Amino acid sequence: MSVILTESEAKALLKKVLSYSKADECEINLSGEHRGNLRYARNEVSTSGALINQNLQVQSAFGKKVGVATIDEFSDESLEKVVRRSEELAKLAPENPEYVGVLEPQTYVSSKGFFESTAKANPDTRATAVLKSLELTRGQKLTAAGFLEDQSGYAAMMNSKVLFAYYPCTSVNFSLTVRTEDGTGSGYVAKGYSDISKLDTAAATKIAIQKSLGSVGAKALEPGKYTVILEPTAAAVLLENIFFRMDARSADEGRSFLSKQGGKTKMGEKIMDERVNFYSDPTHPELPASPWAGDGQPLEKKYWIEKGAVKNMYYSRYWAQKNNVKPIPFPNNMIMDGGTATLDEMIKSTKQGILVTKLWYIRTVDPQTLLLTGLTRDGTFYIENGKIKHPIKNFRFNESPVIMLNNLETLGKPERVVSTESDRNYMIPPMKIREFTFSSLSDAV
Amino acid sequence: MKRRDFMQLAGLSTGAFMLPGISMGKTVSPEALLAPGLDIAVKKRLADAALNAAKAKGATYADVRIGRYLNQFVVTRENKVQNIVNTESYGVGVRVIANGCWGFAAVVDAKNEAQMAKAAEDAVAIAKANAKLMKEPVQLAPQKGFGEVSWKAPIKRNAFEVPIQEKVDLLLSVNNAAMTNGANYVNSVMFQVNEQKYFASTDGSYIDQDIHRIYPQFNVTAIDPKTGKFQTRNALSAPMGMGYDYLKTNPADKISGVTTRYNKGYDMLEDAIAAAQQAKAKLSAKSVEAGKYDLILDPSHLWLTIHESVGHPLELDRVLGYEANFAGTSFATLDKWQSKNFQYGSKEVNLVADKLQEGSLGAVGWDDEGVNTKKWDLVKDGVLVNYQATRDQAHIIGEKESHGCSYADSWSSVQFQRMPNVSLAAGKTPLSVEDMIKDVKKGIYIIGDGSFSIDQQRYNFQFGGQLFYEVKDGKIVGMLNDVAYQSNTQEFWNSCAQICDERDYRLGGSFFDGKGQPSQSSAVSHGSSTTRFNGVNVINTARKI
Repeated sequence: MSVILTESEAKALLKKVLSYSKADECEINLSGEHRGNLRYARNEVSTSGALINQNLQVQSAFGKKVGVATIDEFSDESLEKVVRRSEELAKLAPENPEYVGVLEPQTYVSSKGFFESTAKANPDTRATAVLKSLELTRGQKLTAAGFLEDQSGYAAMMNSKVLFAYYPCTSVNFSLTVRTEDGTGSGYVAKGYSDISKLDTAAATKIAIQKSLGSVGAKALEPGKYTVILEPTAAAVLLENIFFRMDARSADEGRSFLSKQGGKTKMGEKIMDERVNFYSDPTHPELPASPWAGDGQPLEKKYWIEKGAVKNMYYSRYWAQKNNVKPIPFPNNMIMDGGTATLDEMIKSTKQGILVTKLWYIRTVDPQTLLLTGLTRDGTFYIENGKIKHPIKNFRFNESPVIMLNNLETLGKPERVVSTESDRNYMIPPMKIREFTFSSLSDAV
Repeated sequence: MKRRDFMQLAGLSTGAFMLPGISMGKTVSPEALLAPGLDIAVKKRLADAALNAAKAKGATYADVRIGRYLNQFVVTRENKVQNIVNTESYGVGVRVIANGCWGFAAVVDAKNEAQMAKAAEDAVAIAKANAKLMKEPVQLAPQKGFGEVSWKAPIKRNAFEVPIQEKVDLLLSVNNAAMTNGANYVNSVMFQVNEQKYFASTDGSYIDQDIHRIYPQFNVTAIDPKTGKFQTRNALSAPMGMGYDYLKTNPADKISGVTTRYNKGYDMLEDAIAAAQQAKAKLSAKSVEAGKYDLILDPSHLWLTIHESVGHPLELDRVLGYEANFAGTSFATLDKWQSKNFQYGSKEVNLVADKLQEGSLGAVGWDDEGVNTKKWDLVKDGVLVNYQATRDQAHIIGEKESHGCSYADSWSSVQFQRMPNVSLAAGKTPLSVEDMIKDVKKGIYIIGDGSFSIDQQRYNFQFGGQLFYEVKDGKIVGMLNDVAYQSNTQEFWNSCAQICDERDYRLGGSFFDGKGQPSQSSAVSHGSSTTRFNGVNVINTARKI
């Protein structure tokens, strides 16, 4: 049997596992996936790999005593053993005051995240895609280093209240750095899709080549505050630091950028420009995601920041119960609304500014203000009177995405991007920001 | 495991949500962590099956790694145990050279010859397929076989033999100590690792190794309800290549001063009390005035600066461009090394790679391609003299043998060049921290590691810390806040003015150094004594939102 089970196969397996349970409550999570990758550097393939994973996790509870056990092979004997093991662990465990029990059956919206095209990808598919990229860089005496990884899999769950959920999905991420032979120019591109047939490695490679050649001869600009245009790849790594930190418990506990003095939070407050909207939506056609969270809670379209105000925070079921509010699970995708401006139009309307195509090594400097540091990389350009004037040397920045989104000038059309920090995919628009703080110069190319 | 996953799992990051899908094999009972793995005679038989099959299919070289990887986490917050996880991952990775090209295949739970042969044959098939895209064949530095040998980390108390209750009791007492000394919140974790690795190659080596690592860590938060400000202080522990003996509280392992620091024994309870008091004190500490300061960097802080600005740029694969798409390349290019006069740092600066250092995270007998480990100079009297290389890279820098820097984070990952322990040699002239501070007119004394970021060629960096003390006219005058320093690697190491002697030498390190695509994690230590750097640019990181 393939490690990727159909819905009925997954249901049958989960029912069998559940039949072994003697605990008060039981919840089983099941998953399987195929992964394949091809890595290249110095215009040659360096490593390649394929991985098959499957995993079954059983959580048993006696009252508030909870135990979890996992296995990666599914013989009948192992299935019964993993249930027994989770029950033994539960009996030995101290009471978990934060255990809130398993959910009743739920209904989920439908979301198509599985594409046969991606599921069929094999070493030949990957080699062909990479060769298209290599031919272009080899032909122009440029040096390419890239990585292509595809994944197809499913997740399913069932609990002792007979909640059942199943979601199959596929994805492919492609990233490429193109450098000039003398090392004075570097360009980057990253593309992520659910459907591999949308991936055009040649077209993507041309973007990286253009940035690589265009970044040769970079001039130094004084560090300081500048108007910047952030391409979506650059914006994503800043914004995801907001997405990751919208947890209600941290805010209530007073240790979040959403906390206020006197034990209060910024729920409902406007904290950014009113054009800023962040929402999650598992049915988004460009960024489909599983419509259920790991404990079976349904996910639907939900605004987190609406018109610049904090609309929702993530509430675990425990924290929600304690605070007498509805639980809100962590979403499986995130989308930022955009405007209509194209990148070209944004450049044209800029008297003096900097085009940032990628940011790198992002770290939190101060969690209270969400101050982040990091550097520009692989193509940074000076804009004057509506035109890209010349490439510039890379900068280190110290900036908070919250401050940045208060200094918003223009939003472009959102596109699917891959975070170069977390590999997660988002829908993010290009954006023009005033007074973005660059604090020092870097010699890195 | 990736750093980000660990931070989430252990509740040590500021965002409190848990990432799903942390895959470390299967969960097992704590007793299973002590069960013996396969008998060594069985491992040899399995390894030979793979090596013979690889050769029969035309491989000119093959190596096999039979790996059993054991992990245990104990995770708590305040008065609660949040999680106790025991995991075991067992499998085999086979790497070959065929038609001049590398190929790799891995198989989970391999316990018979047929599975081993199949993995070897798959690896050869992949090598032959990839050879079509290859321009230059792999050149492997010669390596003699060692026959049947073994190496065991010199631990005094196996952490897996310590009852979980003892660890839970320690962490809860640590949390309680923090809470009763002014903390509003505390998260603590004990992370223990045992890698049981068997390596065999067509060079005639059969190497059995038993590697142990431990990492006790906590994060204390103090909040001022009036202002809504919060401050944190992390443990001043280091992840170590030791057993539970690291948690002994021996006065000889303590360094007293403005705050107690630790060498080869860590008093977690004592540190938690200090952490709670210091997190609270940080709430009212003075905000730093930006400008140039002389920095006095404690080893608990300096390890990370060494890691980022010396360890990474001297990885030969980065220098050559193999990591260009992710981790980046390096400013320390071959021409600088060839010039024999590239002044990486001041004359005081001697940076040494060392895979032998006892108690360090990088210490092993042999690396993951059967090379016996060693110690060598990277920067001597300030001048760049060498890199870190594996067998297929040694010829590029004119070396006749590998440095022994090959590592894979799992049986299922292909081994590649990873950082050895890279350390700053202690000063040769007797010098204590107190004497060093006496000479500083305007300085900041930094203890513990904090925020860190460096560019992709390792020029420009910015580091924070845990504790910042203002030094004025030779005296510590108080605590500072909102401190980060920025510099350029070469400028920074050339500003190195003084290094304390070996009495102050301690290790710091990382459990989760990430590199490669797909990303692999490795553990590495960095030793130093307290060191002074003159005239470094300090910025103020305070903002309002």
